[in-house]
Amino acid sequence: MKKVLIIGATSSIAASCARLWAAEGSEFFLVARSADKLQQTVADLQGRGAKAVHQHLMDATDYSAHPQMLADCMAAMGQIDIALVAHGTLPDQAACERDVNIALQEFANNGTSVIALLTLLANQLETQRCGTLAVISSVAGDRGRQSNYLYGTAKAAVSTFCEGLRARLFKVGVHVITIKPGFVDTPMTQGLPLPALLVARPAEVAKRIVGGVANKVATLYTPGFWALIMLIIRAIPQPVFKRLKL
Amino acid sequence: MSDPLYSWGRFPLLPQHGNACAWRDELPAHIERVVASHRMTLPYGNGRSYGDSCLAESDEVLQMRSLDRLIEADWDQGVLVLEAGMTLAEVLALAIPRGWFLPVTPGTQFATVGGAIANDVHGKNHHRRGTFGQHVVAFGLLRHGEAPLQCSPDENAELFAATIGGLGLTGLVSWAKIRLMPIHASQIDTTVVRFANLDEFFSLSTELDAAHEYSVAWIDCLAKGKDTGRGVFIVGDHARYGSLEVNPRKRLQIPLTPPVSLINNLSLRAFNSLYWRLHPQQRTQKRSRYEPFFYPLDRVLHWNRIYGRKGFQQYQCVIPDANAQAGMAELLRAIADAGQGSFLAVLKRCGDALSPGLLSFPIPGTSLALDFPQSTELEQRLFPRLDAIVRQAGGRLYPAKDAHMSGSDFRQAYPTWERLEALRDPTLMSRFWRRVIL
Repeated sequence: MKKVLIIGATSSIAASCARLWAAEGSEFFLVARSADKLQQTVADLQGRGAKAVHQHLMDATDYSAHPQMLADCMAAMGQIDIALVAHGTLPDQAACERDVNIALQEFANNGTSVIALLTLLANQLETQRCGTLAVISSVAGDRGRQSNYLYGTAKAAVSTFCEGLRARLFKVGVHVITIKPGFVDTPMTQGLPLPALLVARPAEVAKRIVGGVANKVATLYTPGFWALIMLIIRAIPQPVFKRLKL
Repeated sequence: MSDPLYSWGRFPLLPQHGNACAWRDELPAHIERVVASHRMTLPYGNGRSYGDSCLAESDEVLQMRSLDRLIEADWDQGVLVLEAGMTLAEVLALAIPRGWFLPVTPGTQFATVGGAIANDVHGKNHHRRGTFGQHVVAFGLLRHGEAPLQCSPDENAELFAATIGGLGLTGLVSWAKIRLMPIHASQIDTTVVRFANLDEFFSLSTELDAAHEYSVAWIDCLAKGKDTGRGVFIVGDHARYGSLEVNPRKRLQIPLTPPVSLINNLSLRAFNSLYWRLHPQQRTQKRSRYEPFFYPLDRVLHWNRIYGRKGFQQYQCVIPDANAQAGMAELLRAIADAGQGSFLAVLKRCGDALSPGLLSFPIPGTSLALDFPQSTELEQRLFPRLDAIVRQAGGRLYPAKDAHMSGSDFRQAYPTWERLEALRDPTLMSRFWRRVIL
């Protein structure tokens, strides 16, 4: 039984992780933007054995709302064993190239807001001297690809931030896990022409994440074969890489 | 997502484009969008219907599988309210550890709850508990251009009856409230005995069905002469003592579709004969885990691929009690003559329970199901012969399995089809329905 805070609780990956923790009788503090969807997620977890499910509406880019969210969470649960930061969007790369405002907004959705939340949560967990910060980054952050480098940039920022934070919090017994999913079949990726063989179901991805959190893995590719794919992609030399349409 | 969807038999091979919806509150807008762009559509669960009843005439289906949440769970009473895209396997994974089981389950646990309602599926305990629809308390129905409806035997009763077994044509089932059945253990106590011919099957069934929750027989459909109708009779009950365990077996997988069917006459004859010989002559009591007992084929993911690129057809009919024995004998003779047949031809006596659905398949009688690799031979020779026997005997075919029955046979066997057509949501149309109502 754990006390789990989830930011972006209605995302498919987060909700699938929550189902696994719910089966162990965990308690949840779920944060999301849409009241309707949050309610559907809460009901699902209650039926699956969650001890208690608290809900909180918040837009992750509303930075001024973060402290109140954390205060409510601590009031409800008393401590945080796992904080899963899972919110995000999949930007339209072409739109980000045309319009600076869209680019910056998307960077805020996937980068700045995560850094803001992690800063706050890190201090809480540092005080606790226990707990795990689980952060959904992406394989996209491993390399800047022509097709979605704005998203990749934000995720690269998150991954690097997490690496530094891990080193800082390790000293007080707090763990930070950077999760890098590959293609996952979620509403976020619906309609994208992804190679079917590489697309994983959220439930598979979640199983690996929950295992990685329990085993205090530092960086987790999911599904596992993405570690190999990214090893190859990272090894492509710049003169070749810039000619690819990846 | 980018992969096209097919029916389970992969015949007719009509790739469907899936329009996935992940949230209940977005469903009405989602339907509106698909109807606006393609005019007609059809809900699609997990693609376990064999023929063309799950294929949209427009080839644009509403993919329901991501709607897999619990809405309300009363684990004291064993009543669940859940989204229609949840599979029966997912229901069991939640229910078994809490001492509950599905009161009716078909031969695959990978069907969705919505699909189980739309086909009013039945299982090895039909003689005791009827069809799936009998355990549905209520469901939500979305019809194009109408406010969401709640249907139950007391509320919108006509749509309730039409939707159970209604092949997804009356609207979109978004959620369902179902009743579970209490169990003490997840294991099944079984009794297995082989029989030498059809007469023995019928006397075993008369003797054993009433005393056991589950009853089914496997038939060696290639055996000829005095061996016609030999097979293995299996009855089972939920164990009184044991444990409540869900531990999925390691699944095997057919990774790709071979160019030709791996099922041929030689492999079949050898397999069927061996299977029969391996079973005991004496009644033998055993204990089985629930998965191999109910879902032997679920062990192999994508087993439908062994039939190659041409796919396969399942032939499932039910023949009323009065003509069952003679009718089954004739069917088996015709099949053995043709030298075609399948692993696990399944024989099952249905009970007299009246299905709540307008177009439910089971009637009091005996049901036979077999798979055939697709070939033009089937439709030109074997199926017309089988259809004639079924027609003569006053029986009928199962739409969920069908890819061939004639419109006149369908309309004759399911005289209530006109009521369903009148209640059909005009924006929903399947390949099957178009084929049989014209």
